[in-house]
Amino acid sequence: MSHHLVEAVHLRHVYPDGTVALRDVSFRITHGESVAVIGANGAGKSTLLLHLNGYLTPTSGVVRVGDQSFTKKTLPEIRRRVGMVFQDPDDQLFMPTVYEDVAFGPVNLGLSTAEVEARVREALERVGAAHLRDRPPYRLSGGEKKRVAIATVLSMAPDILVMDEPTNGLDPFARRRIIELLKDFHHTRIFTSHDLDMVLELCERTIVLHEGEVRADGPTGEIFRNEGLLAECSLEKPLSMQGCPVCGSSGKQEAEGG
Amino acid sequence: MASIEGTILDFKRLDQLARGGTSLHRIDARAKVLVALVFILSVVSFDRYALTALFPFFLYPVVILALGNLPADYFVKKVVLFLPFALAVGMLNPLFDREVVVRVGSFGVTGGWVSCASILVRAILTVSAALLLVGVTGFPEICRALERLGVPQTFAVQLLFLYRYIFVLTEEGARSSRARELRSFGGKGLGIKSYGSLVGHLLLRTWMRADRIHMAMLARGFTGAFHARHPSRFGGKETLFLLGWSTLFLVLRLRNVSQLLGSLVTGTFP
Repeated sequence: MSHHLVEAVHLRHVYPDGTVALRDVSFRITHGESVAVIGANGAGKSTLLLHLNGYLTPTSGVVRVGDQSFTKKTLPEIRRRVGMVFQDPDDQLFMPTVYEDVAFGPVNLGLSTAEVEARVREALERVGAAHLRDRPPYRLSGGEKKRVAIATVLSMAPDILVMDEPTNGLDPFARRRIIELLKDFHHTRIFTSHDLDMVLELCERTIVLHEGEVRADGPTGEIFRNEGLLAECSLEKPLSMQGCPVCGSSGKQEAEGG
Repeated sequence: MASIEGTILDFKRLDQLARGGTSLHRIDARAKVLVALVFILSVVSFDRYALTALFPFFLYPVVILALGNLPADYFVKKVVLFLPFALAVGMLNPLFDREVVVRVGSFGVTGGWVSCASILVRAILTVSAALLLVGVTGFPEICRALERLGVPQTFAVQLLFLYRYIFVLTEEGARSSRARELRSFGGKGLGIKSYGSLVGHLLLRTWMRADRIHMAMLARGFTGAFHARHPSRFGGKETLFLLGWSTLFLVLRLRNVSQLLGSLVTGTFP
């Protein structure tokens, strides 16, 4: 179980141009947790995510996945275990067809042809995109692209799923489909998002980043009820927790229970 | 930008055609690439005044068009788009080369006109051969075939990526250009200067995108090698296809078949 653990200890990152993106970030995410990392633009969310699969190296501090810290030797294994879905699916889908894109990871893992085929089929079925397998990526709609991008990561059988803005730029129906899909996963999940209603639905725990530091870390419902905290971090209550602008009735009750 | 995307770079349609199911589509891409290469080499290696000897070569595009079940009008339109470039190359020949080589009645045709026509015919032949190759094979398959034929992998992968991101890049360029146009109110805007920074931004954005793509590749275990999928076989059908066409091109290259036919009809064998 311990290999589903993600931990950051006094993580600090300074970009070469002197921008301090992360000042001091510590947290520990354990097996099966679904955690949202929220914060204003420039709070350091994306920088943090890029540390989780070793694309960026900390200026100081440590990141651990499972019980391993990042070394040249553990990096390939960690990258397999941490499935990362980027914000813009066009960056993630670079092969000529959907099939080849989903197969890219498994092939790089050195799996046999039959195994690759099985993994691709399973991953595409999981996200409801089996019928798209021979299409080139530029022929997909935004929602389809997003689902295929998730499949490219699922085919590597990751333990931990990291997603940057999963619902960004999707129409309400496509957004709903992605949320339902993500609800079904039992991986350890880490999301960054500005879609706080999605966070409320998917994540029991929320980490609030503010100017490169962890400003709050706790149950999602509790954090969203703390209006002072939200205002300080340029955030706002999810719409479903705000009063109805038409009839004036108060927002969602389930969140009140925490 | 949008118009460029709409006309010359209409790869999307080509891509769709390449997924046809004719027996020609199913032939190993390497055979098709090699045949197209032999064809182009035969055509361009003719002497500058060759004209009649080139016409039998039209057999190849016509047969491919028919066997591949491809829409002729679409390809004709694409080839016509390239003709101005060929014309620009051959345009000055009639001015410099004024020696009369053929007489039709009292009308003398100079060598310049013949070589200009020859350039045009060659352009039509080679461009249509290349387009048809993409139309029956698909660009990604061609890249893979090139790689398996010994072209360095880096080069083949570059081509593959160029093809994948040309759509993304043209769209991005078109968006920037539209944004500039909408704020220049029919005038010239800031003139050529604004284009400078527009192109600069496009370059920087492309750079950043390349960075993100590389990140996505690393995240999925990329180590520098691209692995081919379902290796197709170079079998008897492919050998026959390659040898058949190559022999035909060689014969057409070495013997002027139009002239032979002509003399047969008029009964004056040389």
